[in-house]
Amino acid sequence: MKPPPFEYVAAHSVEEALDVLVTHGWDAKVLAGGQSLIPTLNFRLAAPAILVDLNPVSELAFIEANGMLRIGAMTRQRTLERDETIARLAPLITAAMPHVAHPQIRTRGTIGGSLAHCDPAAELPAVCLALDATLVARSQRGERAIPARDFFFGLFSTALEPDELLTEIRIPPMPPNTRYAFREVARRHGDFALAGVALTLQLDEAGRIRAPRVALFGVHDAALLSESAMRLLDGAAPSEALVREAAEAVAHDIEPSSDIHASAAYRTHLAKVLTARALRDALGDALGHATE
Amino acid sequence: MTARETRYFGKPVRRNEDPKLLTGRALFVDDVDLPGMLHAAFYRSPYAHARIRAIDVSAAKAMPGVVAVYTAEDLGDYWQPGPLLVPPPPVHKMPVFNKRTQVPLAKEKVRFVGEPIVLVVAESRYIAEDALEQIDVAFEPLPAVVDVEAALAPDAPLVHEDAGTNIAAHVIQEKGNWEEALAAADVVIERRFVYDHGHAAPMETRGIVAHWDARMQTLTVWDTTQAPIPIRNGLAGMLGLSEHQVRVIAPFIGGGFGPKIMMFYQEEVLIPWASMQLARPIKWIEDRRENFLAMTQERYQIHDAKIALTRDGKILGVWDSFLHDTGAYIPYGLTVPLNAQCTLLGPYVVPHYYSEFKAVFTTKAIVTPYRGAGRQHGVFVMERLLDIAARELGLDRTEIRRKNFIPPDAFPWDNEIIYQDFAPLVYDSGNYEPALDKAMEMIGYRRFLEEEKARYRAEGRHVGLGIVAYVEGTGIGPYEGARVQVQPNGKVIVATGVGTQGQGHFTSFAQVVAEQLGVPVEDITVVTGDTAEFHWGTGTFASRGAVVAGSAIYEAAKAVREKVLRMASEELEVSPDDLELADGNVFVRGAPDRALRLGDLAIAANPLRGAVAPDTEPGLEATRYFGPPRGATASGVHAMLLEVDPETGFVRILKYVVVHDCGTVINPLIVEGQIHGGVAQGIGNAFYEKIVYDEHGQLLTASFMDYLVPTAMEVPPMEVAHVETPSPWNPLGAKGVGEAGAIPVGPLFAQALEDAFDNAFEVTEIPLSPQQVWALVHGSKEKQS
Repeated sequence: MKPPPFEYVAAHSVEEALDVLVTHGWDAKVLAGGQSLIPTLNFRLAAPAILVDLNPVSELAFIEANGMLRIGAMTRQRTLERDETIARLAPLITAAMPHVAHPQIRTRGTIGGSLAHCDPAAELPAVCLALDATLVARSQRGERAIPARDFFFGLFSTALEPDELLTEIRIPPMPPNTRYAFREVARRHGDFALAGVALTLQLDEAGRIRAPRVALFGVHDAALLSESAMRLLDGAAPSEALVREAAEAVAHDIEPSSDIHASAAYRTHLAKVLTARALRDALGDALGHATE
Repeated sequence: MTARETRYFGKPVRRNEDPKLLTGRALFVDDVDLPGMLHAAFYRSPYAHARIRAIDVSAAKAMPGVVAVYTAEDLGDYWQPGPLLVPPPPVHKMPVFNKRTQVPLAKEKVRFVGEPIVLVVAESRYIAEDALEQIDVAFEPLPAVVDVEAALAPDAPLVHEDAGTNIAAHVIQEKGNWEEALAAADVVIERRFVYDHGHAAPMETRGIVAHWDARMQTLTVWDTTQAPIPIRNGLAGMLGLSEHQVRVIAPFIGGGFGPKIMMFYQEEVLIPWASMQLARPIKWIEDRRENFLAMTQERYQIHDAKIALTRDGKILGVWDSFLHDTGAYIPYGLTVPLNAQCTLLGPYVVPHYYSEFKAVFTTKAIVTPYRGAGRQHGVFVMERLLDIAARELGLDRTEIRRKNFIPPDAFPWDNEIIYQDFAPLVYDSGNYEPALDKAMEMIGYRRFLEEEKARYRAEGRHVGLGIVAYVEGTGIGPYEGARVQVQPNGKVIVATGVGTQGQGHFTSFAQVVAEQLGVPVEDITVVTGDTAEFHWGTGTFASRGAVVAGSAIYEAAKAVREKVLRMASEELEVSPDDLELADGNVFVRGAPDRALRLGDLAIAANPLRGAVAPDTEPGLEATRYFGPPRGATASGVHAMLLEVDPETGFVRILKYVVVHDCGTVINPLIVEGQIHGGVAQGIGNAFYEKIVYDEHGQLLTASFMDYLVPTAMEVPPMEVAHVETPSPWNPLGAKGVGEAGAIPVGPLFAQALEDAFDNAFEVTEIPLSPQQVWALVHGSKEKQS
C-alpha cells in the first residue's frame, strides 16, 4: 500500500495551482485534505502524474458572511463543525458535520475536497443541495458560479473541468421561518451513510410549506434533490399523511445500488424512513398532534 | 492459596507496561531499523484458484533499486510445504485426514486470493511495490471453491487434486448413545445454524525483520509471533542452523488473537532465508490489504443440530453434524472444529452426544484459531437450541439452563470426548448457578420481564433481554517455564518463553513474583518473547499465559523464596518459619530491624571468593517448569438489553453485563480489560464484522471501510462481576480469561433480538446486520398480516 511515483507541487496561491492544472489537465490531481485521495493512491487505484497540494494556499481557508455566507474550499471540516457564524447562518451544516467520518478525519478533510470528490454517500454534497449553495470554480479562463444542483454529476464526477479549481462555496441566507433537518444511518458512527437526508423548508404565514429542498445521499450515484417529494410538499399544509406521502415519493427519484452492506431495496426503504423522520424533525410543532 | 490475603496477588495493580506503551516508547517490529536494511513485498495471487503457466520477473529484476526477485523455482530444496502444527487428534473415528499445508511460494497452482507467488527485495518498500507491477504471471483460471456444501458435490472442482476430495478431515465423536436419548425424548428440536466468525484485524499487522550476521553466523528475527520459541526451533531446522545461532524476538505486539501463532507463515519462512542469501537485513511489514487477504481467519460452520429433552426440560442428548470451512490449507489441524464440537456441551449435563464434522477445503484464506477459536460456533448452537426448547416447552430461558447445569459437586466432570489438547474433555471445577443468579440480578431479569419491557413497548420501543451461559476450555499444556532472578540491586528479573501481545503479562506475572518475594511490582521486570532470554516454551494461545506460564513463574519464585529463607535463617540465626519478606527485605517477624536486603543476599549467593556449597547454585535464581495435566475450564454468563429500531433494523445496546469465573483472579483490572476487549470483538462478530467472498473467491472486505470493526461508539460500557471457583489443577487456582468475552455474544444478540419482538421470528445465523434485522422484522409482520 505505497503509492506509485508522482510529481508533487506545493501551490502557494490559486494562480500557481491553476498553472499546474492548465499544463497537466487530467494527469494532475488536486490534494486538499487527502482523506480520500491518499488511500486511493496507496491502493494504486489512481496514478496521477502530478499532485498539486493546496494546503499552503491560505487564501482558500475562510468563512465570511455579509449577506451571502462564503466558505473557502480549503476550510477544514472540523472548522465548519465548530464555527459560530455557520451555526447561526447555516445550522444544517453544523447538524451534519458530526456525521462526517471522525474528528481526526474532519481535522484534515476540507469542504471543497469532499464536494469535488463527489462520493455518492458523502454528507456535504447533500447539505449544499439542501442549502441551495453555489459552487465557485476558477480557471485561467475565468471564474464561474455553478448551482449545486448542476454540480454533482455522478460517482466521483462533477461539473469541474480539468483546468478548474473549486475555490469557494456560497450559501444564500436562510429566510425567516426556515426549518431544516439532517438524518442518516451508517453501519458504524462515522461510516459513509447507507442512506441519508438533508432538507430545508419554509413555512409561510398560513403555515404552508414553501421552497422545500429534500436532498438525499447514499441512495443514488450522487447526492440529489427529490423533485417528486418537493413537488408534493411545496404549498401543502403539514400533516402526517403528507409526510408519509412525501417519504414514499422519494423512491421515484433514486436508483440505489446494492453492495455488501445494503441492498437497493433496503436503501430505498431507509431513504423513505429517513425522509419521513427528517420531515417530522423539521416540521415539529407544525405537525401538531398528527405525529405518531 | 493463602497468600491472596496479602499485598500484590489479586489486587487491581496498574499495568507496569502502560507508561511505555502510552507514550510511544515501546519497541514494535516496525521500529527495528538496521543499517543497510532492505524491504520486501510480495506478488500475491489475484485469483482464488488458478494454474500458474509462466512467471516472468525479468522486467522487475531490471528495475533500479531492486536487489533480488525470488520465485518458487529459486528456492531449490528450501521449498517445502509447511509443518502440520497440530497433528490429527486421537479420536476414535476419523475416516479422513488430508494433510495439506501451505507452501512458501505458490509453484504450479494458487489456492486463494493473496497467496504469495513472488518475493521482491528492494532498497525501499516503494520500489518493491513498483516492481510488483512489472511482474507478469500467466494464469489459467480454475473455478473457485467458495461454498462448503457445493465443495462436497461429486463434480466439484478440487482444491487439492491429489487428495481426490475437498474433505480435509472427517471426525466423529460420541458420548453415550444418541439413539437412547431419542427414544426417551418427549421433545426433539431440530434446526440448521450458520455461524460465521471473522478476521482478527489486530491493530498491528504482521511484520518480520530478519538479520543474518555473516561474521557472527547468527540470525536475529524480530517477528510479530505469539510463539517465538517454536519459530526459533523451526527456522533453525529449516535453515540448517543450530538453535543457538537463531534468536527470535517477539517485542511488543499490537494484538495477536490467534492468527499470529500460525506456523509457519510463508513470509516467516522466506524473509530470514532471503536475509541469509543477501547477507543484509530485510524488513517486511504487512500492509492492511495483505492482512485481510493473507493472515489467517476464522469463517463459517453450518450445523444441523438436534436436541432431545424430557417434557420438564432435562436434556437427554444432542446430535450435531457440521461442515467447517478450513480454507486452502490445514496447517493448524482441527483445533477450531474440535473446539466447536467440545464447547457445544457448555456448562450442561448432556448424557448422550453425537457429533460429526467435515472440515472442507475451499479456495479462501487459511482458517486457524481466532479468539474463541470455534467455541463461539458451538456455544451458538447449544444456546439457540435451549432457547427454542424453552419456548416450545413453555419454560423460562434461565430455568432450562439452571435445570441442566452440571452440579458443583460433580467435578471433575468428564464429557468423554477428546479436546483440542488431545486430552479427554474433563472440566476441573465449576459453579454455574451463582453466576447465573448474579447476572440475572445485575441485568434486572424479573423487573425487565414483568414491568420494563411492557413500559418500553407502550412508548413504541422494542427492547429485548438476552442471557446466555458458556464455558471456555483454557490453560492447556504442554508446558511453560520461567526463570526468576534477584539482582544485586534488589530488583527482580523474570524471564519466560511465551510472547505477549497486550495481555498485561508484565504486570500479572510480576504480581505472582511480588507475592512470593515481597518485592514491589514496579521493581520486577518481566521479559517475554525473546529466545535469548529463555530457551524453552511453546507460546501464548488458548488462554494459557496466566495459567501455565503464571504457574511456572509461581514455582520459580517459590524456589527463590525458599533459598532466601534458607540463607537468611543461617545469617540471622532464626528459624525460616520466623522470617517474613516485604519491601525487598527479609526480616525477623516482630523485629523488622533484624533485616537483610534481598539484593545483599543475591550478592552473598554469588561470592568472588570461597566456594558455593555443594548441591547449591550461585545467585538467588531458580528456573521451573509447569505442565498442567489438563486444561482449566472457565465459565460465565453474559446478559444484555438491546433496543432495536424496527423501521431501520439498527440496534443499540442499553446495558451489558458479564459475570465471569476464571478461577483465582491475579489482577481484576487486567481480567476486566480482557473481558471488555473480548466483548468488543464479540459484538463485532455478532453485528458488524463479516468476511465476504464473492462467487469467484474474491475478498470483498479487504479494508476497514468494508470490514466493520466496532468502535468506541458501538461498544457500550460493561458491568463485570466475578465468581471465583479456583482450578485444582494448577498452583495458582487460575483459569484463562483471554477468550471469554468474545465467546457468547452471538447467541446473546440472537436471544435479545427475538425477545424485543416477542419471538415473532427465529435467529439462526450470525453475524447479523441492520438489513437482516429489518428483513426479519419485516418478514414476521408480513407473515402476521
